[in-house]
Amino acid sequence: MSELPLKDPAPADDAADAEPRPGHIRKPVGWSMITIAVLVAVSVVLVWRRDGVNGVLEILTHDLTLFGGILPRVLAGCLLGAFIAEILPHEKVSRSLGPSSGLKGLLIGTAFGAILPGGPFTAYPVASALLTVGADFGATISMVVSWTLIGYGRAVAWELPIMGTDFTLWRIVISLPLPVLAGALGRFVYVRMYPKDTPE
Amino acid sequence: MSAALLIDILLWGSVAAVGYLAYLRGRVVLTTSLREGTMDFINIVPRIGLGVIGSGYIAAVIPQEIITGWLGPDSGWLGVLTAVIAGAATPGGPVVGFSIGAVALKAGGGAPQVVAYVIAWALFAFQRVLLWEIPFMPARFVWFRAAVSVPFPFVAAAIAMAIGKP
Repeated sequence: MSELPLKDPAPADDAADAEPRPGHIRKPVGWSMITIAVLVAVSVVLVWRRDGVNGVLEILTHDLTLFGGILPRVLAGCLLGAFIAEILPHEKVSRSLGPSSGLKGLLIGTAFGAILPGGPFTAYPVASALLTVGADFGATISMVVSWTLIGYGRAVAWELPIMGTDFTLWRIVISLPLPVLAGALGRFVYVRMYPKDTPE
Repeated sequence: MSAALLIDILLWGSVAAVGYLAYLRGRVVLTTSLREGTMDFINIVPRIGLGVIGSGYIAAVIPQEIITGWLGPDSGWLGVLTAVIAGAATPGGPVVGFSIGAVALKAGGGAPQVVAYVIAWALFAFQRVLLWEIPFMPARFVWFRAAVSVPFPFVAAAIAMAIGKP
């Protein structure tokens, strides 16, 4: 791989290849997890003071059941992410979804988010895999925002029956430009916040 | 056939399809990615556990009536702002979010405000962020994504006002 890009005008790619590939899921405990744990502890105390031990246990059993049901899908999501990270050609991804992919990269991210099957258990592992193989924050933001706003899964299953066809269709039409705009804003802010992270 | 079953078939079907593509690249690629995926899964289980169990408690201390109250017939930009906050603070899954939106529409909430609510809920609902986005994505990405998304419920409300739909 390293002898190929002699004629490639982007020497920054070599430096990127030399770095150890970041695992997309790192330390099990970070600041976000600690913050959440504190929030949860406070909420547990509030529930306990309001509803007693029974209230706390009722939520716990309900959530443990939910947790058990979710686990197989989480495994599927993780495998999907790992396979995608492995089979997508990194140079191609960083060319078409990387920092210098322009509007086209944001559009590809948006289209990808809109057609991705499954739920959050596929969207986030796949988004994380894209980051790992060379997509930039901008294109990945387009993908995630597109999945939440114009992904068909939630719209068909929940929004259409509950909110009605008229509202849902107009809401989606209004949302159409937003993923690209969010990705463009993300890219614009990113290169100014972390100038040393971006090639060129 | 239930929707959940359909989702699972689609999901495992996609896993099998990309797994096969990995196998075509060679047995080593397949086993490496299987091992990486399994390691990711093992690392992520405690986080998802904290998210699932934790967000149940957080949801229990946010009464739904408060959310509905914020989505009153209050029109104009103040109404949009409260709708955005309500969307981010709405506990529970899609049924809760959309039902609150539907109730607000019927109770005389303005369409731009309800659009802002639904979009803010899609972008920021704390339960999805805690449960899914933070465990799977790098922390820096999550905060960054949330921060640059802030203007967009307002943009959507502005578009809804401009075109007079829905």
